[in-house]
Amino acid sequence: MIAITDVTKTFGRADRRVTALDNVSLTVERGEIFGVAGQSGAGKSTLIRTVNLLERPDSGSIEVDGRVLTSLAGAELRSARRGIGMIFQHFNLLTSRTVQGNVELALEIVGVEARERRRRAAEILDLVGLSSKASVYPGQLSGGQKQRVGIARALAAKPSVLLSDEATSALDPETTRSILALLKTINAELGLTVLLITHEMDVVKTICDSAALLEGGRVTETGNLVDLIRTPGSRLARDLFPLGEVHTPAGHTVVDITFSGGLADRPVIAQLARVHGLDVSILGAAVETIGGNQAGRTRLALPGARDDIDRALADLRGQGLLVEVVGGADA
Amino acid sequence: MIDPSAPGFWSDLFEVLLIGTGQTLYMVGVALLVTIIVGLPLGILLVGTEKGGLFSAPFGSRRAGIVINRVLDFVVNLGRSVPFIILMIAVIPFTRLIVGTFIGSTAAIVPLSLVAIPFFARMVEIAIKEVEPGLSEAADSLGATSWQIVRKVLVPEALPSILLGLATTVTSIINFSAMVGTVAGGGLGDVAFRYGYQRYSTIHMVAVIIVIYLIVQALAALAAWGARRLQRQNS
Repeated sequence: MIAITDVTKTFGRADRRVTALDNVSLTVERGEIFGVAGQSGAGKSTLIRTVNLLERPDSGSIEVDGRVLTSLAGAELRSARRGIGMIFQHFNLLTSRTVQGNVELALEIVGVEARERRRRAAEILDLVGLSSKASVYPGQLSGGQKQRVGIARALAAKPSVLLSDEATSALDPETTRSILALLKTINAELGLTVLLITHEMDVVKTICDSAALLEGGRVTETGNLVDLIRTPGSRLARDLFPLGEVHTPAGHTVVDITFSGGLADRPVIAQLARVHGLDVSILGAAVETIGGNQAGRTRLALPGARDDIDRALADLRGQGLLVEVVGGADA
Repeated sequence: MIDPSAPGFWSDLFEVLLIGTGQTLYMVGVALLVTIIVGLPLGILLVGTEKGGLFSAPFGSRRAGIVINRVLDFVVNLGRSVPFIILMIAVIPFTRLIVGTFIGSTAAIVPLSLVAIPFFARMVEIAIKEVEPGLSEAADSLGATSWQIVRKVLVPEALPSILLGLATTVTSIINFSAMVGTVAGGGLGDVAFRYGYQRYSTIHMVAVIIVIYLIVQALAALAAWGARRLQRQNS
């Protein structure tokens, strides 16, 4: 488990202070995959770097598996870091060592003896599917393979937590998918808690159980994905369903209807037309697998008087659907 | 004036060159060894004691780090600014203290090392600064100590550049080793001075130039080969 409590971090001197993190609090449950999304400059990188104290927060506390890292220093901090693996956007592999050597580095640091190091490195390279590349240098690998080495190195010392700093941002979409699948497998097989930061909502959608949105150094939304998509006005949910900008046809009201859980198969449009006599036009729709469940959001344009529309929408809300008016007369 | 047609000229030349080369290699070799032993840690400390460096706060005090950094920087700059011929004379008391005399090849090793150490330390500093900061960070995230980061990350990663810096350093040590010939340090510089200059033997002069050229080229090629071998994995 990771508990980030009231963490503040500023950079620069007194006259030109930049607040990168402003009273950030987050809880990542044991065994879950937690994604922090946000635009560049939102403080994501700083946030993940405070978790293993690569960046020491100005105030607040970081707790990982019951150890308060912010109260540690020196040998105690180093020993705590060995329980927290980290992977990086640019992989950060040593060019002077082979794939095997890079993985063994983690074990050398911990003080594992040579024969055991070789055995463990081989085992982990097998897990990430790179056994055949053990004696190759990183310069000869593709981006995806390099990240697999990064993952193997991070896992070598058997940490309970994995931090992923934009680990797929330098990879093409297909490679990204394979790396995300690997992270998911590791999470399931080893029971590893994963905290990742990303600017790609696809990453959040594909593997995260929970997510937080970081804007200007503050957490503006956080929660389980299944709950977030049922939350009216959720920015994360809006980003998860890429419906684009709202264009309101004249005399229409535009609404977004979100289906999740068992509600995905409701004949909503037919119902609006038949029961409420509304000539519905579909402006957009997206169906996504979020947190392992199918969920969808449909954007509809409804013509006519606002009163009639409100009645129809109240009916849909009564059935448990999330209905949000996003455009049109006094939206 | 030496007569090249005199009997024994060529065998004398050969013997003089052989002794000179031996002395030069001895001076340069030992000075190089001392340079590596002192210069490498010095270069690492120069980078390490900078702001945000691995040893930026030795003994828990940033002020100590700043002081060490400033002092090292000053010493290195001083060593690099003083012309060799002046340095050589200025350190005579120090040379005497260590070697017992200030004449001869062994004594020459002292000023040669002193001029090469700051030079090499700067090369090491530059090479280490070129190492991607993310690599130290990765080691840091694995719980590495500063010493482990130096030994397992910084030095191995900077090694190709350090090796090339070493080649430049050797060349300048050879350069300066010729100068100690003028103050009874022996070596090929001494041969060129006594035979080529004082006795007008062009053949000696040319021979010395050729031998020195060959030594420098051989060392440069060796260093380039070593650096390439180390970098082959980066391609």
